[in-house]
Amino acid sequence: MTDHPMLSLQNVHKRFGKKVVLDGFDLDVKKGESVVIIGGSGTGKSVSLKCVLGLLKPDAGTILVDGEDVTHAKGKQREKSLRKFGMLFQGAALFDSLTVWENVGFGLMQGFNMPKDQAREIAIEKLRRVGLGKDVADLNPSELSGGMQKRVGLARAIATEPDIIFFDEPTTGLDPIMADVINDLIRECVKELGATALSITHDMASVRKIADDVAMLYQGKIIWKGPVDTIDHCGNPFVEQFIHGKAEGPISVDVSV
Amino acid sequence: MNILAIIGHVVISFLASTGALAIFAGKGIYHAVTPPLYFRIIGQQMMRIGYYSLPVVGLTAFFTGGALALQIYVGGSRFNAESIVPTIVVLGITRELGPVLGGLMVAGRVAAAIAAEIGTMRVTEQIDALSTLSTNPFKYLVGPRLVAATATMPILVLIGDLIGVMGGYVVSITRLDLNGAAYMKNTIDFLETQDVVSGLAKAAVFGFIIALMGTFHGYRSKGGAQGVGAATTNAVVTASVLILAANYLLTEVFFSS
Ligand SMILES: Nc1ncnc2c1ncn2[C@@H]1O[C@H](COP(=O)(O)OP(=O)(O)OP(=O)(O)O)[C@@H](O)[C@H]1O
Ligand SMILES: [Mg+2]
Repeated sequence: MTDHPMLSLQNVHKRFGKKVVLDGFDLDVKKGESVVIIGGSGTGKSVSLKCVLGLLKPDAGTILVDGEDVTHAKGKQREKSLRKFGMLFQGAALFDSLTVWENVGFGLMQGFNMPKDQAREIAIEKLRRVGLGKDVADLNPSELSGGMQKRVGLARAIATEPDIIFFDEPTTGLDPIMADVINDLIRECVKELGATALSITHDMASVRKIADDVAMLYQGKIIWKGPVDTIDHCGNPFVEQFIHGKAEGPISVDVSV
Repeated sequence: MNILAIIGHVVISFLASTGALAIFAGKGIYHAVTPPLYFRIIGQQMMRIGYYSLPVVGLTAFFTGGALALQIYVGGSRFNAESIVPTIVVLGITRELGPVLGGLMVAGRVAAAIAAEIGTMRVTEQIDALSTLSTNPFKYLVGPRLVAATATMPILVLIGDLIGVMGGYVVSITRLDLNGAAYMKNTIDFLETQDVVSGLAKAAVFGFIIALMGTFHGYRSKGGAQGVGAATTNAVVTASVLILAANYLLTEVFFSS
């Protein structure tokens, strides 16, 4: 049992009230691999990540992390499983009662009982990696721009060097150059630290840079998955419409209200 | 809609929220007393709940003590006012008005503040972020607030008691021309430990109710600023009603013992 995937979602279903969001979602991510999920806005990409983390409860299906079934994990088991993860939230989700560096060092101090000055040192180093100087360390998150907050969120997600990292739209709100710096950083996390990465992005440049494999979510299911270099010739009309950003095609966007 | 269906719906949703509250309270208490305890946050919260409520509780107590003295004097006891006014003022304040009015004032300030803070953390996914950083939100957010409020309210009310008695004293010697020394002597002579202790026990329960309602409604809030606003209102209203109900029950208990 050494070649089990690091992360495996099997036939996951999730709905909110009458609205079906995930409808038989299947996805495997191998250890040390970087997978990117693409798909329209509101199709359930963020929801799928939250199901893995136990922040939302799937209605049906199985979720395995490193071979262990965590679908219904609670208490200590859930806490143990979450230690393997780092998560960049779509809205950054920084703690506004703490300073920037305390945000970044939070996991180190709380989860790993690291002393304050050591955590601060690491936090400042991680901030540097996302292109933020020492001067922002003692600011409040609300004093930063949206893109800066996003990068602090990213620094926080990688601070504990977790085995599995989720990046929910890591480059949205960043200028193209900074986006590329972040893409490189994500690549480094996977290559150098051997992390497993699952990212969500709408930015095709970012997809091509960070993905080993790409998976496309449509109507609650992964309708296509394959290596990133085959994406242009995959022959799937949904994927092709999506990556070329065309309004015409099999995916219809309802704009009539 | 069918009237029976409406009644049934109301009853079921009432029972459901009561059940949810009971589970929430149980979890909150469990995490408030099991390690790791966040003493720094407990201290911070005690400061916020207690210190910053002092002015409002002090003013409330002072004016209530003063008004009480006038009322008792008017109420036909002009002849033995020297002994009746101080006794009733001190009993009224310590046993009933100190904890109840103090509790209601603090409910308005603190339950609202807690609900708004935790509600905002909920809708901005900061609570989700906590769990992904190896931190149990119940332990980090709910427990410390329960402990802090339960511990702080008695102190606050004790100070309020002193100020309330002083209010009665000031009004009695300036407006009613009573003798100051006799007033103090009568206050102390008639007061029993049980009077003060029962009031402080009430205060502790009220403190718990305030923090519980603030955290409960904040924790469950959803849907952005509007949801947080609703949580804040609900927290204050339910805390106030529960304080009055609990006050009656506790008075019954102390009365029969
Ligand atoms: N907590 C929730 N309660 C109710 N509905 C929800 C909740 N979270 C998500 N949804 C719904 O689930 C659907 C999928 O949401 P999700 O956030 O996963 O979209 P997404 O694919 O990440 O989109 P985007 O690219 O815009 O971020 C949306 O229609 C949303 O309305
Ligand atoms: Mg999303």
